Parts: sequence; C-alpha cells; structure tokens
Amino acid sequence: MSRSDGISLAYLVTIVCFILALRFLSSPARARHGNWLGAFGMAVAVVATFVQPGLTNYASILVVMAVSAPIGAYAARAVRMTAMPQMVALFNGVGGGAAALVAFADFHNSAPSPDRLALNNSVAIVLSALIGSISFAGSMIAFAKLQEVMPGRPITYPGQKVGNLALLAVLLGLGIAVVAGYERQWVLGLLILGALAFGVLFVLPIGGADMPVVIALLNAFTGVAASATGFVLHENVLIVSGMLVGASGSLLTLMMARAMGRSIANVLFGAFGQLQVSAEAIAASDGAVRPTTPEDVAVMLAYAQRVVIVPGYGLAVAQAQHAVRDLATELEKRGVDVKYAIHPVAGRMPGHMNVLLAEANVPYDQLSEMDEINPEFDRTDVALVIGANDVTNPSARNSPGSPIYGMPILDVDHSKNVVVLKRSMNPGFAGIDNPLFVDPKTVMLFGDAKDSVEKLVAAVKHA
Amino acid sequence: MTTSFLIELTVLILAAFLGVEVISKVPTLLHTPLMSGTNAIHGIVVVGAIIVAGIPGQPTWLRIVTLAAVALGTGNAVGGFVVTDRMLEMFKKRKPGEQEQQEA
Repeated sequence: MSRSDGISLAYLVTIVCFILALRFLSSPARARHGNWLGAFGMAVAVVATFVQPGLTNYASILVVMAVSAPIGAYAARAVRMTAMPQMVALFNGVGGGAAALVAFADFHNSAPSPDRLALNNSVAIVLSALIGSISFAGSMIAFAKLQEVMPGRPITYPGQKVGNLALLAVLLGLGIAVVAGYERQWVLGLLILGALAFGVLFVLPIGGADMPVVIALLNAFTGVAASATGFVLHENVLIVSGMLVGASGSLLTLMMARAMGRSIANVLFGAFGQLQVSAEAIAASDGAVRPTTPEDVAVMLAYAQRVVIVPGYGLAVAQAQHAVRDLATELEKRGVDVKYAIHPVAGRMPGHMNVLLAEANVPYDQLSEMDEINPEFDRTDVALVIGANDVTNPSARNSPGSPIYGMPILDVDHSKNVVVLKRSMNPGFAGIDNPLFVDPKTVMLFGDAKDSVEKLVAAVKHA
Repeated sequence: MTTSFLIELTVLILAAFLGVEVISKVPTLLHTPLMSGTNAIHGIVVVGAIIVAGIPGQPTWLRIVTLAAVALGTGNAVGGFVVTDRMLEMFKKRKPGEQEQQEA
C-alpha cells in the first residue's frame, strides 16, 4: 500500500466519522458522542494531510494552526446561547472565505500553464470562488444584522432587484470567460470581488425575522463551496463533507421557509417587514384588550390541569428562560401538567429556542414541536404566550388578506384561556396586528417578560 | 470528461442523497446543533487549505493568502465542534422521579 493509498483510507475514516456524527444527531442521548466522533474524524483528516507527499512549509502551517485553533475554541466557549445565530453565521462566512481562497491559490498555481485547465477543474475553481465569496460576504452582513452592529430591518433602495440581477449576470459572465479559456488571474480576482459585493447586496434587503432562512441558506452555500474545492483538489473527503453540509443547509432552508408559510424566493427578495399593516388587521384591533395582574394569572395557572408555555424570541431577549423554568417547576409541584410549544421559527435560527430552554435546564422531553402540540391545545386550560406574537397569530389561518396568511401557527386560541405576556401593545416583528390579543379568551400581562414571570412564580407559591 | 471526474461526480451525487437521508432524521429539537455541527464539518476546507499552503515555491503574497485560508479553516473546525459540544451537553432528559424528589 502506497503512502497516498494510506492517506485516502484515512480520509475514508473521516467521511465515515462525519456521516455517523450526523446520524447520531437523530437522538439527543447519543448526539454528543456523534459530535466527538466528528471531531476525531477531523483530526484524522488533518494528520493525514500532513503526510501528503510533496508538502512543504510545515512550520508556518503549524504555527498558524496553533494560533487559530485556540481562538476558535475560545470564541466557541465564550459565546452566549442567544448569540448562537451570529456565531454560526460567522463560521459559515469563515468556511466560505477559506474555500474561495483555496480556489484562488490553486488557480494561481495551475493556470499560467501552456495548456488550458481541464474543464472540470476550471468550473470547480469558478464555483468555489464564486459561492465561497458570496457566502463569506453574505454571512458577514447576516452577522452584523444579528449582532445589531447594523440595523436588522430590510435595507431597500430603488432598482435593487435589477441591480443585483445585473451583478449576478456579470459574475456568471466572468465565470464563463474563465471556463472558456480566458484564464487570467485578474478575471478571477474581479469575480471574487464582485461575488463579495453580491453577497453584501443580497443579504441587505432581508429582515431580522427572516434570518433563520438566510443562515440555513448560507450554510448550504459554504458546504457547496467546500465540495467544489474538493473537485479542484481531487479530494473525495472535501466533496463528500461539503455535500453533506450542502444537503443539510438546503433541507433546513426549505423547512424554515415552509414554517413561515412563504416561498424561498419571497423570503430572499420580498423585503418582508416593509409590508404595511393591512386594513383588515387594523379593523380587528378595534376590540379592547383585557390587561390583568400577576396574581390573577397565578391563580388561573395554579388551578389548571394542563398548561402550555409558548416561548418566543422576546423571552430570550428578556433573559427570562430561567424564570420560566422556575414557574414550570412550581406548577409541576402542584400537579399541573406543563409543556412547552416550540414553533420552528421561534428563535433566530432553526431550533434556536430549544437550545435556549435546554440551557435553562428545561428537560427536552417537555419541549413539543408544533405538529405534536397543536391537537393538544383543545385540551389545554391555559396557554401562556411569552414574547411570541406572529407565530400565534390566527390571521395566518383565517384571514387571506394578511401578509402572514398560510404560515403554520401554534393554535393557542383553541385553548380555554390564553395569557399573553408582552412588553407593550406594539405589533410583532413582522409589523402585523394580532387578533389573538383581542380574543375574549385572552388576557394580557404587560411588562418585562422576566419581571412578569418572576412575579408569577412568587404569586403561584402563595396561590 | 475523464473517468476520475465521473467518479468524483458519482461520489458527489451519492453524498447528496445520503445527506438528505441522514439529515431528515434529525429532530427539530436538535436543528441548532445540527447547523453548528455541519458548520464544523465544512471546516474540512482546512485540508484543502493545508494542501495549497504546502505547495513549494509560492510568492510571499500567495503564501499569506493560503495561510489565511488555513487559519480560517482551523478556527472554523475547532470552534464548530467545541460550540456543538457545549450545546449538546445542555440537552437533558427529565430524570425519572424528579418531581417526587422536589416534593419531598
């Protein structure tokens, strides 16, 4: 067995480890072991790469790795769970940027040869550079929006769509030029710069509430870019790993768009949040809301049989997760059955709310998905909506004129009583009024979510 | 088209189907760890970065570019696995009898 056979076998081990890592994610009990296996696979791949024949420059590569590994680990340790979407966006960008740089370097090393590049090589180089650069720049903008370095609302200007399309056409033109044989470095350089600009422009008009879709899409992009890099370097380990990520990102993108009841095109180009509140929704809001007190709610909860807590991003913003967990514990002590209803887009990325509640020590078997919990609202005494709005809005079900019509929602209005914890009467993230708030079954508890829930905990203890 | 390219393409397509198959079994509960886990996996570009950084006789500017790619890929892979581990550690099932213990 030659040295390169050995390396290929090591890469095969890596591929198997990655696939098992994803497989183990199908159950929370084994998921952590899967992740360790994935990390082991990565280590195997890196070690195998170092024994590649003809490799030089070990010292500087090792120094760079020795410096960047602890930085990555530190960032991963320090990040707060509410900031996970930013972190994932950042890593997407970093991975995409690395893929683009590798493509550019390989082009420099192989392009000025007298013979033309093989077609599959030049296509792979162009795709890796293009998609990697879009992913890098787009992720940085997504990061800036989520981190609130820049405004999260959609940024639009006249001619935006036409301009973006024109830029994309130019980029494709440059790519085709390279593939057709015009193998000049400045062309690929221009392609990368243009792709960076496109990445920025394409995320600018997408609002904060649509970030779950964008992050999943950028994740897919980075995976595909890594896969293209595999075609550039003829390494199966990159092709397979990149494609696994591409498949995952694509599936999540579709799921998130479906959970918003919108097409991907609408999310990406619709500049949601710009929509005006429809006349119908305003008419509905003429009804009066019924404010209540923590004491009244506490009595209602303490003597209920089944309570479903519906957490939204507002809960995470108010850092009320631990207080909510305390409330659930108090209620359970009194024999109340407590569950959490998690909408797929309850956070800023797929599955975000589950992580936030897990961090507050909520056992995961209490967390119910939308399809699982919706039939149960009919038998629920109190639905406690905390910092969630659009995902509970019945207009999505029954008013075809509403901008969110068709979005799957949590049917909280089917329960006997609804308590909505809200800071004020401002509409939700999508800027749409919620008829749930004026439903005769609904009472509103105004104030900071954490403060309100803490008062509820105290009041339940005395109820 | 060459045979090796066709083999690579075959591998790609099979990986796509396998990916969809495996990932559709991941519950929504774990979608965030899935994203950060796949994030770590695309850190595999570090392998490509090491290969191009190790090519002898490159000009200094290109050396910087390739080493930058190594740095990005390494940070991506290490950070991705660490943050995923941190998250998965938090997912706990309710212990049987926990409620009774609290009442006692």
